[in-house]
Amino acid sequence: MKSSAQNRIRSISYAKYGYFFILPFFIVYFIFQLYPLFNTFRLSLYGNGNNTGAWVGLENFEILLFGEGNIAVRAQHQAIIKAFGNTLILWFGNFIPQICLSLLLAVWFTDLNLKIKGKTFFKVVMYLPNIVTAASVAALFLMLFSRTEYGPINSLLMGTFGFDEPVNFIRDKWISRGVVMFIQTWMWFGNTMIMLMAAIMGISPSLFEAADIDGANSRQVFTKVTLPLLRPMVVYTMITSMIGGLQMWDIPYLYKEGTNFNEDIKTIAVYIYNHFHSLNPNYGYSAAASVLLFFVTSILGSFCFAMNRDKDAAKRKKQIREAKKRMKQQNKATFGGF
Amino acid sequence: MNNKKDSYAAKVRAKSIGVMVVLIILAVICILPIWILFVNASRESQDIIDNGISFIPGGHFIANIKETVHLNEIGKITYDAFIGYRNSFFITICATVLTVFFSSLTAYGLVVYDFKASGPAYTIILMVMMVPVQVTSVGFVQFMSDIKLTDTYIPLIVPAIAAPAVVFYMRQYMKSSFPLDIVEAARIDGTGEFRTFLTIGLPMMKPAIGVQAIFAFIANWNNFYTPSMILVSREPKQYTMPMMVQSILSNDKLSDLGVRYTAIMLSILPVMVIYILLSRTIVEGVAEGGVKE
Repeated sequence: MKSSAQNRIRSISYAKYGYFFILPFFIVYFIFQLYPLFNTFRLSLYGNGNNTGAWVGLENFEILLFGEGNIAVRAQHQAIIKAFGNTLILWFGNFIPQICLSLLLAVWFTDLNLKIKGKTFFKVVMYLPNIVTAASVAALFLMLFSRTEYGPINSLLMGTFGFDEPVNFIRDKWISRGVVMFIQTWMWFGNTMIMLMAAIMGISPSLFEAADIDGANSRQVFTKVTLPLLRPMVVYTMITSMIGGLQMWDIPYLYKEGTNFNEDIKTIAVYIYNHFHSLNPNYGYSAAASVLLFFVTSILGSFCFAMNRDKDAAKRKKQIREAKKRMKQQNKATFGGF
Repeated sequence: MNNKKDSYAAKVRAKSIGVMVVLIILAVICILPIWILFVNASRESQDIIDNGISFIPGGHFIANIKETVHLNEIGKITYDAFIGYRNSFFITICATVLTVFFSSLTAYGLVVYDFKASGPAYTIILMVMMVPVQVTSVGFVQFMSDIKLTDTYIPLIVPAIAAPAVVFYMRQYMKSSFPLDIVEAARIDGTGEFRTFLTIGLPMMKPAIGVQAIFAFIANWNNFYTPSMILVSREPKQYTMPMMVQSILSNDKLSDLGVRYTAIMLSILPVMVIYILLSRTIVEGVAEGGVKE
């Protein structure tokens, strides 16, 4: 039995409070995120340097994407192509080792047959690099990999391993890229591992048991049970990592000597930042590059979003649709097509 | 038969040992750079130059810290640990409080009230989760400079109110463990809606708030991009800790390596302390945020 007070309260509409509660979020979101996004699009249609404020239409995009014209225009085109290329190379070089290592570790940690002591300790230690300030990590590695013979790593290489001259970890094209890839892997594999572990533990244990009873060995279990069921999570991790990789800024920006940028690790985010924060800022190029980045990210993001949608709701909808269909057919059968 | 069983057990044992060896190597790789940072922060500059890498702390820890803290008095070096800590703590704490409070409020609004816009609002929140800062930053900073907010902390703190990922997490948490009947009971008792949120909603969300507060604190402390975008005049008095680290990196007059390492060490010290104290909660929080059902 419901009391009269309860009935009275049921009859009052509280919907308006919902709007009040979510209002601050959306006000701040519109001012500090949505309008800036429009503003970025707007700025991408205006000029650069001394020409800031002059409407140029799609010229910035034309220059960045095709670069047909004088030397300065071609240089601009080459710079952004190189920045996109660097970003892809650096992302690829850290994602591949990262996902392999994380998968392997996640499988090991969730394998009940293996006797691993101190699981929590290992998880805690492996996640540690992820919480350390990226700027400080870059500073630390910059000092460890100093290219003079006094740098810790170089003195180790020359002293213990008998190298004749110091390795240029900071300016050499592939060595510097390798260091950045290493740092990124070092920072992120723990995070990916924990996500994959959670996903593996979400797989029904009866499947593993069944495989065990059928006499599958651990490689067969991995390739035939774990990996297929884990695929959505691996794809999800890949996309989020890609979105993160496109933003890679702290480490490529700081991993340099003094103020000389290493062109081979300049990412797209560094490109955007540098054009925005130079003495003669190129807002147009910077904004146009952001817009390009936005489109790449939203394509990736929509994949992720589609995968992240409430699967139960989709299933329920399907069930309802099927039930309706069945009912229609039943009606047809009962009433002979009327 | 028995033989087969034995060989299987031996196999498992051998594999376990192999796995342990790999895990220990990886754990060492994870800790080593940070360990070396702390060790070098306790050594004299000459010692670091002469002897290279060492795994045993030296005796210069306090001396190095003293020197690092007073760096800006010696030369014209723009590193001051006190100012850096003050600024970083101020921004980080304000942003963290705003993030968890308003995210709880938004999530509560979405879960407790059944209104037309709640579905679309949630979809928008999920979509903006994916837009990276770098994409909007150009328009953001230009807009901030139009309304004269660059070189202030407002653009670093207020946007923390809209944290879609935190709202997402809070909503998941509330959906799974918040009894809606309790809100109705409060209504019968005549409590106002906002008061119900403050006195019943917030306390019941405490576990989720705790986890998200830790993550928000770490993320804000580590944020280097937004402050370097917004603080355009590069006024050392406004520097956050990561910016202090950057200014020490670009300063080639500072030759004391021990002091350089100490400066970096001080910038990560607060997050390290938090991590050591709360590592279990943090690692569990990562897993929970990761499972998207």
